Amino acid sequence: MSENFEPVIVGFTCNWCSYRAADTAGTARVKYAPNVRLIRLMCSGRLDPTFVMKALAGGADGVLITGCHPGDCHYIEQNYKALRRFLLLRRTLKGFGIEPERIKLVWASAAEGMKLAHEINSFVEEVRRLGPLSWPKWAAEDAEHQQLEVAA
Amino acid sequence: MSAKPKFAMYWAASCGGCEIAVLNTHEKILDVDANFDVVFWPVAMDAKYQDVEAMEDKSILLTLWNGGIRTEENEHLAHLLRKKSQILVAFGSCATEGCVPGLANLCSVEEIFDVAYHTVSTDNPQGIHPQPVVKVPEGEITIPALKPVLKTLAQVVDVDYYMPGCPPESHQIAAVIDLVIAVLQGKAQLPPKGSVIGAGNSTVCDECPRARNVKHITAFHRIQEVAPLDPNLCILEQGVPCNGPATRSGCHARCPSVGAQCIGCYGPAEGVLDYGARLVTAFASVVDAKEPAEIEAILDGIPDPTGQFYRFNLADSLLRASTKAWKK
Amino acid sequence: MRNENLHFAFKILTFLEETMTQRITIDPITRLEGHGKIDIFLDDKGDVANSYFQIPELRGFERFCVGRPVEEMPLLTNRICGVCPEAHHMAAAKAADAVYHVDPPRTAKLLRELLYMGFYATDHTTHFYALGGPDFIVGPDAPVAERNILGVIHKVGLEIGGKVIQMRKYGHTTVEIIGGRKVHPATSIPGGITKILSEEERKQIEDMGRWAIDFALFSLQAFKDIVLANKTYLDLIVGDVYTHHTYYMGLVDANNKVNFYDGKVRVVDPDGKEFCKYEPKDYLEHIAEHVEPWTYLKFPYLKQVGWKGFTDGKDSGVYMATPLSRLNAADGMATPRAQEAYEELFATLGGKPVHQRLAIHWARLVELLYAAEHWVELATDPEITSPHVHNVPTETPTEGVGIVEAPRGTLTHHYVTDERGLLKKVNLIVGTTNNYAPIQMSTNKAARSLIHGGKATEGLLNMVEMAFRAYDPCFGCATHSLPGQMPLEIKIHDKSGQVVDVLKQFVE
Repeated sequence: MSENFEPVIVGFTCNWCSYRAADTAGTARVKYAPNVRLIRLMCSGRLDPTFVMKALAGGADGVLITGCHPGDCHYIEQNYKALRRFLLLRRTLKGFGIEPERIKLVWASAAEGMKLAHEINSFVEEVRRLGPLSWPKWAAEDAEHQQLEVAA
Repeated sequence: MSAKPKFAMYWAASCGGCEIAVLNTHEKILDVDANFDVVFWPVAMDAKYQDVEAMEDKSILLTLWNGGIRTEENEHLAHLLRKKSQILVAFGSCATEGCVPGLANLCSVEEIFDVAYHTVSTDNPQGIHPQPVVKVPEGEITIPALKPVLKTLAQVVDVDYYMPGCPPESHQIAAVIDLVIAVLQGKAQLPPKGSVIGAGNSTVCDECPRARNVKHITAFHRIQEVAPLDPNLCILEQGVPCNGPATRSGCHARCPSVGAQCIGCYGPAEGVLDYGARLVTAFASVVDAKEPAEIEAILDGIPDPTGQFYRFNLADSLLRASTKAWKK
Repeated sequence: MRNENLHFAFKILTFLEETMTQRITIDPITRLEGHGKIDIFLDDKGDVANSYFQIPELRGFERFCVGRPVEEMPLLTNRICGVCPEAHHMAAAKAADAVYHVDPPRTAKLLRELLYMGFYATDHTTHFYALGGPDFIVGPDAPVAERNILGVIHKVGLEIGGKVIQMRKYGHTTVEIIGGRKVHPATSIPGGITKILSEEERKQIEDMGRWAIDFALFSLQAFKDIVLANKTYLDLIVGDVYTHHTYYMGLVDANNKVNFYDGKVRVVDPDGKEFCKYEPKDYLEHIAEHVEPWTYLKFPYLKQVGWKGFTDGKDSGVYMATPLSRLNAADGMATPRAQEAYEELFATLGGKPVHQRLAIHWARLVELLYAAEHWVELATDPEITSPHVHNVPTETPTEGVGIVEAPRGTLTHHYVTDERGLLKKVNLIVGTTNNYAPIQMSTNKAARSLIHGGKATEGLLNMVEMAFRAYDPCFGCATHSLPGQMPLEIKIHDKSGQVVDVLKQFVE
C-alpha cells in the first residue's frame, strides 16, 4: 500500500468492441491511466485462464478482461464463455490468496470509449488500494538456487 | 565387482505408494535384479547416504526418485543423487508435480506446526514445536527443517524423464522396465530427454468407457448426493466434477470405471501449461447459463475449486503456492 | 573393501576402549515410513546415558485437508501411506459417514470390509516373509547375507517365494476389483460405496480367499516347524531384552473378538484386565498426545493414566497397538481356525497377556488366518452382490470420528466440518504413532543392555534392529530384501567428536 505504488495491469481486450473502445477514447483524447498493458484477442472467448495465471505469476498486480456486451459478441456467444470462465477463475484464485478485486471483467461497445476509460481508471485505483501482489519469480529463484549448488 | 549397470530408487516427501507400485510388478522385479546392480534403495536394502557420497559422479546409470522436496534433507539428497546419476527420473506425482502433500502450499509452514502440535488430542500446554536443533541433557540432536514451500524435483535439479501417476500404474512401470532393459541390450532407443514416459499422450476421457455427449450442466453435485451414478454415462455430464478432461491418459480410467470421479493423479495432459486453468476452462464451458447470478448459483456446486482443480498439481502450477505460504 | 573396513573397525574399537566414545549415531534407519534416526549418548563409563529415536518428517495433512470437502478424505488420506492406504481410506470413509450421520447399507459395509481383508492378508504376508520372518526362519545368528527373503527360500523351499508373490497378487487384485486400483482405492464415499460387485467378480474373490486360507495355515505351520520347534528361537522370543509391560489396545466386536473394520476400542492393562472400552466418538476422553521438541512425531498415551515419560508399567500411560496388542485386548478370534491358532499362541507363551515384543510376529500370522477366513465369509454372504450400495445422506454434516485397525495399530480419523461438509478441523492418530513411545523405549532398552564400556558389539546392530522391527514401523514393506537386511550404520565418535569409524551391517 505504498504511496508511490503504480499498479501493473495486463488488459485482455477483444478486437471488435472493447479494443475499438480504447481507440475511441484515445481519439477523443479522453485520458485514462497508463497502467494497463493492452493485449488484443480476437474475442474475449479466446481468454484462456492460463493467460491470467501467467500474468499474475509474471508480476501483474491485476488483470482486466474486456469484451462485447452479452448478445453483441461478433462470434455470437463466446463472451458468455468468457463470463463463466471469469467467475470460476476468480473463485479459484481466491484459494491462492488473490483478492477477487484484482481481476475485473468489463463489457464495452466500440462507441463506449468514455465508459472504458472510466472503468480502467477506477480499476487502477482499486488495485492501488489493494497494494502490490509481487508474486515470487519462482522459476528464476529455482535457477539461481541450482546454480549455487552446482558451484558448491 | 558387478559389471551390471547401477540402479537406485529413493523416496523423499512421499507415502511409499510408488515403492509398492514397483513391487506390484511382481516377477518384473526379478528382471530389474537380473539386469542391474541395485546400489541404493533405502526401503529395500542396505544403503547409506555416505555410500552414495562415496560413489563416483555419474556412476549410477538410472535413479528413480519419488517424493517431493519438503525438507532440507530432501533437497540435499536431490542434489547428491543428481550428481551421482546419469539418468534421473522424476517418478510419480510427488516428484513430477508435488501431489497431495503439495496442498500444504496453500498455507504456511507456521500454520502446519500450529495445527499439528495443538490438535484436540494434543496435550502441549507449553506450546512446544519441534526444532531443527535441540539441546538435550546429553548433547545436541537435529532434525531437518521444513522449506517454506514444497517443490517438485525439477524445480530443484535437472530431470531427465518424468513418470506421472499417484502411483504410476504397475502395468506402466512394467512397460518402462522392459524398455530400459531393451535399451541396455541395444534393441531400443531412449526417448528424447525431458519426455514423459509410462503414460499416454491423450486425456483420461479418451480411455474412459462411458458415453460422452455435449454437456449442458445446470447443477454440479457432490457425489454422495447422487450416488450410485449411471455406470454408462460420462460422470461430468451427470453433474459430478471429474478431472478427466485435462488429465493425462495411461491409467485406463480406473476410477471412472468403478463409479468414482477422476481426481487427476496422472497430472496434466500433453501440451497443458497450467492444469488447473485448463480445468477452469473445461468446467466453465459446460455450464448452461448466461446470467451472472445463475452462473454463480451453478458454480456454488463446486465448494472448493482450488482443491478440485489443483489437487495433485499445485506445486507445479504457474502460481505454485498461496500468498499465505510466501507473503511476509 | 567393506570387509577391510570392518576389520579395521574392530581394531579401532579396541583402541577406543581407552578413549571413551561419547556418542553413537544410527542414520538413517530404513524400512520405516520415510526416515528415522537414532542418537545414542554414552556416560563416562561408556554405558548408555540415553537414546533418541527421531522422526525427521512432517507433511501437514491435519492442516492442508482443512477447506477440502469431506468426501475427498478417503482419497486424500490414502496418500498418508501408500503401504496401508486402505486403512486410511476406511477410517476416512467411516468418519465421513459419521459426519453426515448416515448409515451405509449392509452391502456397502460388506464390500468395504472385504476389500479390507484382501488388504490385510497381503500386508501381513509381506511383513512376515520379508521382514520379520527372516530373523526366525534363518535365525538371528545366521550370516547377514542369509537374513532376507532369499535365505527364507533356501531354508523352506523355492515354492515359498512363488506363494508369497501369489498371495500379494490375490490380495491386491481383491482391492482393485472393489476399490478400483491396487494402490489408493477410490470407491468409498459418505453413505456407502460406488461399486456394485458382479457375480463373476464375487466368485473370483471367493476362490482367491480360499487359497489365502490354505496359505495362512501353511505359514502358521512353517512358523511352528521352524521357529517354535527350535529352542534358541523360542528363548529369543520369550527373553527379557524385548519385553515391556504396557497397556494394550485393539478394536473388538460385540463379543469382544478381534475386528479390523468396526467395533469399540478396548484397552487392557499390563495384567490383562480391561481398563476401558470406548466408542470412536469418545476417543478424546481416553487418548492424548505428548510433544517433544526433538522429533516431528507425537507420542500418544492413555489420558486417564497420564504421561509419565518413557517408562512402562501400570502407572505409565504408554500403550501398544499391534497385532499382539489386539490379541491381548480381545477375548478371542471370530473365525474358528484363527481361534485355534489364538489359543495355541497363548498356551505356548504362558497365558494372557503376552509382553514379549517378538511374539508380534506370531500374532501377525494368527491375524492373517482370520483375515483369510473372514474374506471367504464376506465373499459368500448372499448380500455381497446386491445393487443397494449407497444411502444418500439427508442430514446436515457436522462432526464425526472413524476408527479402524490398521495392521500396525489403531487408526483414528476425527473431522469437524461446516454445514456444507467442508473440513474445519482434522485430527489423525495413525497406527504406528500409537507405538512411538514403545519403539523409543524398546530401542533404548536394547541399546542399554548391549552397549557397555563404550564398546558397540556387532551383535548390537542386529539386536537394536530387531527391537524396533518387531513393531513393524509403517513402512516395513521390503519384499525385495536381496541382499537386504536392514541397513544400519553406526558411527563411532571419539571424545573430540571426530568420526573414527563406521560399522556397517551388511556384507558385500
